[in-house]
Amino acid sequence: MKVELEADKCVASGQCVVAAMDVFDQDDDGIAILLEETPAPELLDDVREAVAVCPAAAIRLVER
Amino acid sequence: MTLNRIVVVGASAAGLAAAETLRREGYDGTLTLVGDEPLAPYDRPPLSKQLLSAEWEPERLTLRPAADLAALDLDLRLGVAATGLELADRTVRLADGSQVPYDGLIVATGVRPRKLPGEGAHVLRTLGDALTLRDQLAPGLRLVIVGAGFLGAEAAAVAWRLGAHVTLLEPAPVPLAHAVGTRVGELLTRAHVDRGIDLRCGVGVSEVTEDGVRLADGEVVEADEVLVAVGSRPNTEWLEGSGLPLGDGVVCDEYCEAARNVYAAGDVARWYNPLFGTSMRIEHRTNAAEQGMAAARNLFRPDARKPFAPVPYFWSDQYDMKIQAYGYLRGHDEVAVVEGDLAERRFVAAYRTGDRVAGALSVGMPPKVIRQWRQAIAAGTAWEEAVRVEAAVGEG
Repeated sequence: MKVELEADKCVASGQCVVAAMDVFDQDDDGIAILLEETPAPELLDDVREAVAVCPAAAIRLVER
Repeated sequence: MTLNRIVVVGASAAGLAAAETLRREGYDGTLTLVGDEPLAPYDRPPLSKQLLSAEWEPERLTLRPAADLAALDLDLRLGVAATGLELADRTVRLADGSQVPYDGLIVATGVRPRKLPGEGAHVLRTLGDALTLRDQLAPGLRLVIVGAGFLGAEAAAVAWRLGAHVTLLEPAPVPLAHAVGTRVGELLTRAHVDRGIDLRCGVGVSEVTEDGVRLADGEVVEADEVLVAVGSRPNTEWLEGSGLPLGDGVVCDEYCEAARNVYAAGDVARWYNPLFGTSMRIEHRTNAAEQGMAAARNLFRPDARKPFAPVPYFWSDQYDMKIQAYGYLRGHDEVAVVEGDLAERRFVAAYRTGDRVAGALSVGMPPKVIRQWRQAIAAGTAWEEAVRVEAAVGEG
C-alpha cells in the first residue's frame, strides 16, 4: 500500500501526526510531511486512521 | 441483535466517516447514506476560504474520489432529506415518501445557519451558498457582514482581499470573547481594523432590508450584499416527536448513543465528553470525522464500546493569521499567554477551567509547540503544573 499526500490541501492541523507519528511529520508551518511512502503493514491501521481524521481529505492510501 | 441494515442520515463529513468506518470494521450489510444535498460528500471549511476566494473550484472540495465512494457499496440517497423517525418501528421516513428500515441508525444531519428577519441576505453553509456569494464579490462591492465570529471573520478577510468594502457588525462588545476570551478576541479583531474594515461592535441588527441592514436603533447601514453569519442551529426538526432526546442537538451519552442502536455524530450531536466532564456540541470539521468514526464503531461493536473523549480542535485562516485551538475553551476561568507575544501575533494562550488546562489557542507558532499543549489537555494536566513547566522552560 502506498500513501499519497496532497500537501497543498493540508491545513496544518497535525491530526495525521497524532494518528500515525511514524508516517507523518509537520514542517515549521505545520504542513504535513510524508515520512514513509510505503509504510510497514503494522502501521497501516494508523495510516487509515490518519486518512479518516484528516480535516482536509489530503491523504489517501492506495493499492500499488 | 444482528445488524443487517444500517442507515446513516447526513452525507457530509460525519456521515461519510461513519459509513467508511463501518465498512473498514467489516460491516457487510446494507448501508444506506441519506443526504439532503444532491452532491456527493464535500468539504465545508474551504467554503469560506479557498472556494470563496476562487483559488479553488468546487471539484477540489469532493471528499472522496468517485471510485472510493463506489467501493463502499452504499445505498446512496442524495438530494432527499429525512423527514421523520419511527423509533418503535425502526424506520426513517424520507422526503420522497420512501421508508427505510434499519437495525442501526446514525444521525449526522448537521446544522443550518441562523437567519435574520428580512429577505435577500446570503448565508454560508453549502457549496451553493458560497458560489452565490462569490459571484457577487468584486472590487468596490459594499458588503455588510453580520457576525464577527470565525465564519464572518474568514469571509471578511476574503472579501477584503478581493477589494470589497467590508462592514463587519457584531452584537457582542468584543467578537469571539465568549469563545476565546476578551484579550485574544480583541487581538484577533484588530486584524480587521488594521486593514480598514469598518468593524462595529455592540451593534444589534434587527432586519435585512432592500438597502442593507437595519440596526436595533433604527439606523440603516447600506450595502450591495449582506452576509449573515450569526451562528447555526442543529437540524433536529425531523426528529421532533420521535422520542429521541433533543436539546440543542441530539442528546447522547458518552458513547454517542441517543437511544438503543441510534447514535449521533458531528455538528448535530450533543454528547457527554468524559475528558472534560461536560456535555458539548462541537461544530468543528475534525470532530465530525472523529465522532462519525466513534459512533460507527460503538454501533458495530457493542461489546467493545468506548466513550468518545476527544480533544476538540479547530483552525481558522484570516488574512495572514492561522489560528489553531485545542480543547474546550468555552466557559474558561482564566487565560494566560504562555508562549510568544500577543502584540506580535505569534503566541500560545492557555485556558484554565477549574484547576486544569482545558484549552490552548495559537497564532503563528510552530506545530510542535501547540502539540505539547494538546497533550497537556488530553492528559488533564493541572494548570499549576502546566504553566509552571512552561515558565521554567521559558527561562531556560
